Amino acid sequence: MASHGVSVNRSNGFLLEAQNITKMFGDLRANDDVTLALEPGKIHALLGENGAGKSTLVKIIYGSLQPTKGQLVWKGQPISIASPAAARTLGIGMVFQHFSLFDSLTVLQNVALALPSEADMADLAYRIESVSHEYGLPLKSDALVANLSVGERQRIEIVRCLLQEPQFLIMDEPTAVLTPQEADRLFVTLQRLADEGCAILYISHRLEEVKRICHDATILRHGKLVARVDPKQETASSLANLMVGSEVGAVKTEKRSGGGAPMLELRGLSMPTDDPFGVALKAINISVEAGEIIAIAGVAGNGQVELFDAISGETLCKVPDMVRLAAVSCGAESITERRRRNAAFVPEERIGHSAIANFALSENVILTHHAVGKKLVRRGLINRSVAEDMNQRISKTFDVRKGKPNPNAHSLSGGNLQKFVVGREIARDPNILVINQPTWGVDAGAARVIRQALIDMAQRGAAVLVISQDLDEIFEIADRVAVISRGELSPAYPTPEMSPEKIGLLMAGAHEQTATGMAPGR
Amino acid sequence: MILLLERRTAPSATLTFLSPILAIGITAIIGGIIFSALGLDPFKVLYLYFVEPLTSLWSIEEVIVKAAPLILIGVGLSVCFSANVWNIGAEGQLTVGALFGSAIPVYFTGWQSPSVLILMLMLGAVGGAVFAAIPALLKTRFNANEILTSLMLVYVAQLLLDWMVRGPWRDPQGYNFPQSVPFEGWQLLPTLGDGRVHVGALLAVVAAIILFFMMNQSLRGFEIRVIGSAPRAGAFAGFEEKRVIWFCFLLSGALAGLAGLCEVAGPSGQLQPTISPGYGFTAIIVAFLGRLNPVGVIFAGILLAISYLGGEAVQVEFNISNKSAQVFQGILLFLILACDTLIHYRIKIGASVVKLR
Repeated sequence: MASHGVSVNRSNGFLLEAQNITKMFGDLRANDDVTLALEPGKIHALLGENGAGKSTLVKIIYGSLQPTKGQLVWKGQPISIASPAAARTLGIGMVFQHFSLFDSLTVLQNVALALPSEADMADLAYRIESVSHEYGLPLKSDALVANLSVGERQRIEIVRCLLQEPQFLIMDEPTAVLTPQEADRLFVTLQRLADEGCAILYISHRLEEVKRICHDATILRHGKLVARVDPKQETASSLANLMVGSEVGAVKTEKRSGGGAPMLELRGLSMPTDDPFGVALKAINISVEAGEIIAIAGVAGNGQVELFDAISGETLCKVPDMVRLAAVSCGAESITERRRRNAAFVPEERIGHSAIANFALSENVILTHHAVGKKLVRRGLINRSVAEDMNQRISKTFDVRKGKPNPNAHSLSGGNLQKFVVGREIARDPNILVINQPTWGVDAGAARVIRQALIDMAQRGAAVLVISQDLDEIFEIADRVAVISRGELSPAYPTPEMSPEKIGLLMAGAHEQTATGMAPGR
Repeated sequence: MILLLERRTAPSATLTFLSPILAIGITAIIGGIIFSALGLDPFKVLYLYFVEPLTSLWSIEEVIVKAAPLILIGVGLSVCFSANVWNIGAEGQLTVGALFGSAIPVYFTGWQSPSVLILMLMLGAVGGAVFAAIPALLKTRFNANEILTSLMLVYVAQLLLDWMVRGPWRDPQGYNFPQSVPFEGWQLLPTLGDGRVHVGALLAVVAAIILFFMMNQSLRGFEIRVIGSAPRAGAFAGFEEKRVIWFCFLLSGALAGLAGLCEVAGPSGQLQPTISPGYGFTAIIVAFLGRLNPVGVIFAGILLAISYLGGEAVQVEFNISNKSAQVFQGILLFLILACDTLIHYRIKIGASVVKLR
């Protein structure tokens, strides 16, 4: 029902063309003479590193930005799309990477809120369930969003688009939050939509899945179009090279010794949650030894944030023995005391947690170094030149690219800021490092730098615990893998014994497969 | 056509500086319109308001007398607001500080020694801090909104003062006027020169300079700014939000209490039912107009002091209520906050319909 009768006249068979699009932000050319053409029935990948101009191009197509030069052509007619509402009227739908759903409302209420006019609720509920069923995205319209898994939340976003019968669907990194099994199910739905004549623009960092489902790929670099290729004819590494513009290269992994003393131990770590949308941790046991990397896989929202906070000391444990650093019970110690035990932490959120947006980089250095940097703070006074030196040293070592020597954190791209916050911790040469989603939303080049740094740390004898949703990353760097699901942690298995399928099953939790084949709730 | 606010990629440095000046300009224009609607010559009125107070030595001294408490309270509040701690009750802390410090002359009327003055100043600060501890406790213990609790406590403090000067602390030789015994000798602040300017003005400038260094050079100031900007990052840095809340309330309360003591031991020379023309509230405007920067607060304090004097001048000259000064101050605060939007956003004209060419 989504896209019957797409009529494409006078348009060389293209549904939408973006012709010679240039978009300037001040002096920055975010898009430089980019041309993109989408055909009905095809899944078209848009690839590029962070900052390559993908979002700008998509925002122009979706009407949230206007091009400086160039034009859009819809079914052969030049058009200007003034707003997202106008785009939706034309038949363009978009599923965002970050969902815009209200946790405390039901599926039906969330969908109704997004529709342009008042809808008959009973009829809408029926349409939601029938459309969702038809496309293999089962949803209960009266379910509360807070109780749904991330995969199910994404279904709401997709169904919300499908109800408006789009002829063209934009998907922004849709699989970033899904288990491999959930992703597979999504691919079936996308293929079905394409078969019905819908054009799909698919943005992803995951090159393997682009190769698998996309018919075409447009690759951007520094705002310019570098190639239009058939992804099925390419390899993941040739696509990555096109995106980065040079050989990305795999990270260097030598066999690590491992088997050192246990540096980070969790012993029956349990923690209830006060937050109705939080996840309680249940009797978590793990021991990370000096010289090894353990990865904790899992779908977002299964207790990763709570686990990280418990290890870092942002939430304190009732029983000190639940968290042990270098064989000392410190579950009741503050994050500052744990840092003094030479542990370092990198949380998931860059802005607002690892770093402060409107603070200069040198001030962001002070955040985690004020209690451990010997020269940084003396008698309660900050030595700003020391902070500035550290900023420059970190930026140089980790290739942090920035316009000014000491800009505010928010002016850096995601990848560069992540390199900075990881580098800030590694600069202390800690012997324990805990990092949550090290390369989330980070481009291939930056991801490689970060992963290599983690491996180098383990080789120097540090214990590294990586919490990650990215299976490619886990297989690339981890010595052992454990899986977190609903606040419970599986044992850690040596990576060679694991496969994506096995991890997927552990992610879903053995007891959680329901009759409808729905993904696990929280 | 609709007006849109578009977020700037970086805050505009020019407008950070220009915004208060723009706000003052628009305030003058709106004030002018109001006065001409009242049938007065707007230029004459604005002249009386903002320029005349600076034309004689006497009135300049008076500006300093009024600016001192505004600056003393305003610098404390600028620290609070930087931490996202909303102490709206400085007027109450001022009142309780004045009460605490006045206990010495009321109970030890004949005691004369330099230590009397020092003790009074200390008690003033302690009184303000104790009264500010109430909203701090309610906030940190029960998560009660400090805007409401601190504001409501203002009325408690004012009624307490009213009862004290009419009841237990009334001067037995005061012909039943509601006021305390007059302070004498070391119970009064020394004046600078012959006029009414007293050492409170020095205290205000010293406090502003110390807090300026605290906010910019010390780890404590960094902690306050971090908690105010991103509490989650503050927790990650190992800073405790509750400790910052306590620190800000105690500091701003102590400074407000000190300002209160300086009022009763300075210009008033005794406790009266009303000891402040709303300095504690006006200082909120002073803190914002000064960009929450303690040195900026000095200039903002002087400007708002001028508006108090201007209000009196206009009252004498045109028989307009001196409440018009408060109207001016209200318009000014409103416009500062409005103009500050332009630091982070730019105004854009947008269309909301699909255009087919």
